[in-house]
Amino acid sequence: MAIYKLQVNGKTLQADVEADTPLLWVLRDHLGLVGTKYGCGIAQCGACTVHVNGSATRSCVYPIAAVGNSQVITIEGLSEKGDHPLQKAWDEIDVAQCGYCQAGQIMTAAAMLKQNPNPSMDEIEATMNGNICRCGAYHRIREAVKLASTKI
Amino acid sequence: MKSTTNNSRRDFLKMSAITGGGLVLGFNWFTSDANASTVFTSVAPGDINFNSYLSIATDGTITILSPNPELGQNIITSFPMVVAEELEADWKKVKVVQANLDNKFDRQLTGGSGAVPHSWKLLRNAGATAKFMLVEAAAQKWGVPASECFASESFVIHRASGKKLAFGDLAEAASKIPVPSTVKLKDRKDFKLIGTSLKNVENHKIVTGKPLFGLDFYREGMVYAMIQRPAQFGMKLKSFDGSLAKSMPGIIDVVSFKNNVAVVGKSTWQVLKARKMLKIEYEKEFALESTEDHDQLFLNLMDNGQATVRRKEGDVDDAFKGAAKVIKGEYQCPFISHSPMEPMNFFAHVRPDGVELVGPTQTPGRARTQVAQLLNIAEDKITVQLTRLGGGFGRRLYNDFALEAAELSSIIKSPVKLIWTKEDDMTAGTYRPAVRYRFEAALDASGNLTGYKLRGVGINSGNPTRENNFPSGAVDNLLIDSVEHKSPITTGAWRAPITNFLAFAEQAFLDEVAVAAGKDPVQFRLDLLAKAKKSPAGEIRYDIDRMEAVIKMAAEKSGWGKKKDVSQGFSVYFSHASYVAQVAEVVMKAGLPQVKKIYAVSDCGQVVSLNGATHQVMGGIVDGLGHAMYSKLSFREGAADQNNYNSYRLIRMKEVPEIETHFVDNGIDPTGLGEPALPPTGGAVANAIFKATGKRLRNQPFIEEDVFKTIS
Repeated sequence: MAIYKLQVNGKTLQADVEADTPLLWVLRDHLGLVGTKYGCGIAQCGACTVHVNGSATRSCVYPIAAVGNSQVITIEGLSEKGDHPLQKAWDEIDVAQCGYCQAGQIMTAAAMLKQNPNPSMDEIEATMNGNICRCGAYHRIREAVKLASTKI
Repeated sequence: MKSTTNNSRRDFLKMSAITGGGLVLGFNWFTSDANASTVFTSVAPGDINFNSYLSIATDGTITILSPNPELGQNIITSFPMVVAEELEADWKKVKVVQANLDNKFDRQLTGGSGAVPHSWKLLRNAGATAKFMLVEAAAQKWGVPASECFASESFVIHRASGKKLAFGDLAEAASKIPVPSTVKLKDRKDFKLIGTSLKNVENHKIVTGKPLFGLDFYREGMVYAMIQRPAQFGMKLKSFDGSLAKSMPGIIDVVSFKNNVAVVGKSTWQVLKARKMLKIEYEKEFALESTEDHDQLFLNLMDNGQATVRRKEGDVDDAFKGAAKVIKGEYQCPFISHSPMEPMNFFAHVRPDGVELVGPTQTPGRARTQVAQLLNIAEDKITVQLTRLGGGFGRRLYNDFALEAAELSSIIKSPVKLIWTKEDDMTAGTYRPAVRYRFEAALDASGNLTGYKLRGVGINSGNPTRENNFPSGAVDNLLIDSVEHKSPITTGAWRAPITNFLAFAEQAFLDEVAVAAGKDPVQFRLDLLAKAKKSPAGEIRYDIDRMEAVIKMAAEKSGWGKKKDVSQGFSVYFSHASYVAQVAEVVMKAGLPQVKKIYAVSDCGQVVSLNGATHQVMGGIVDGLGHAMYSKLSFREGAADQNNYNSYRLIRMKEVPEIETHFVDNGIDPTGLGEPALPPTGGAVANAIFKATGKRLRNQPFIEEDVFKTIS
């Protein structure tokens, strides 16, 4: 057990955990940030996606010891008022069915749009293919990412 | 171990109630006797002894409770739309609240595509009754006949003078108006909300990561727990040594009940790690079955099993003896897992004076009953708080996880959140049963279907046929029977139970028969329906006209038979109470079939939320296609071979075809749509692949069939 100081959503937070604890569980169990979801625990579904220094990262397999001073952004910190173009597009297109995977979908898309603000449909698919939506809302996810890209 | 920032987490799932200034109109939505409705003033919603209610605050806020568990079927938006429609509410002033389990509600569950059909009239009556009283109150205030007034956008308006009063200002007076014994419901041509695309009322919470789901629930002082269950179906717990696990950091206790060994600790990760340190011995209780055994069983039981007759018409033996042509086809599917994105979990706090349950279940009432029986405690001492469900697909109809949480809490005497890993979800059962079907058809010299046989053999499948579905009623000589093998591998309802595979097999077989008869598959089905209408063979339990209408519309919308660049496949299925026809279009790419587009025409009666309905059809098709194409659970000595998304394949974005949806507008009351769009998909796709390749797909997952194997 050790105390880790973390830069999360622009704040310095700390947690007393073991070095191998995945970032996912530190966020959820210790920092109260439950918007980041546990889906598979083996980096297959993308429900746990957060940004670590701007890169989309599967927090379920990312040990806390590796985070260091990196800037971590979760769905709660993507925008102050929940009005990031992706969050607005998600409402506009009414993407969610059960909604459980959507934070991870949005975080994956947000990291992509930062790198590539004007992706083609093929590029959107290539990036979003790593995120599972068990309800099958893929058409609307794709459409919402495209819509958001026109507003960035 | 210390938590640093969690103030906002306390009670974050506590339900809000209208407070101060307002009044609550309570309605009995669930009887047709409007006299049972009563008006309450200044009573907190939680104290109202009614089936359901809406409330209007003096500031005009309209609170509508949504009683049914929300798992993505959009009920939390659709139900309130129906109430608001009849109320003539301004939707912007409507606040929707997820209700907890309460005896005042009826059928407070999610399953069987039944919520909207069941509650449609009752929801409308609830809105219309309130509107009647608000209009009456305004008319009295103005001293005019109520017939001169009408409601619109949360106002009551006097037609002649144009005077208007807001609902919020009328609520107090309206509460004193006698409740009408009957109310007039709106004509559907006047619907303003129903049939439109209002957005999901929880969108903002979903996209900002607010705690909505069971796994997000937190209670000060709770502990976390995971259970090690036997990895093999047929094994039981013999002994265990939890000392090493218990010595791990953060671990509070290791306890055992039934076949479970539970690890209890201060955080999910610590519990997850410690669980791996358990030393457990199991012993054989029942047969340890493998997929190989089942494959053999299917063949044996198909020929030699003791079959239960499900439906019999005419004389099939005679029909087959005199047939000009006999066609046979067999189809088989594996077990599959529900694997919703949110793994099973539940919170339980068993205290000496009562039990608190919180979490995602499709059947909260059943959870309460089962926990009451388990702990020998009165049902009225148990509360169940509903969270949003991260998917269900039938898995959360069963409350094994809630029972485990309750039993564990009673043992450790502490509030506990029980968490399943994805591996637990996938390996601990309640699967869609593995089934094999044999179809046989007899054709006369003109290609008419004169005899039809279906035998279904299933592993813990119950009756794997739907003996009264089409084409029953359209064939004079028919025999449908089934054989069941009882297995230690547990099974249950999986979205569109039985029909999720039966529809594929049946629609693929009918395609074979149409081809053998030299008929167009669409015309072949229409001919059968015409025959059923003209001279029905026994009882008919489906609506011939509704089925005919979706078939014709799907053929029209898809340009059936008119396209040269794609291979089309047709399928139509009646399930629950709705009708869906689909046309799949396939092209060959690098020697492999690729599904490009699926057209769907649905008759679910009146569409409530167009957005929600479209979601259910598209999601149902993606679900049906994905599982038909890719998913299977196989077993070796009672243990599942696949345990997570790396070995159990689900469909992904690149694999979904274009989907075009249409709805039949026939003025029928809603008949449900959570499941009916799923069953037809596999058949439409398989039939299109036959058109493209000349090969019949007979087993799921399709990806393991020869047409999907690249020539190397």
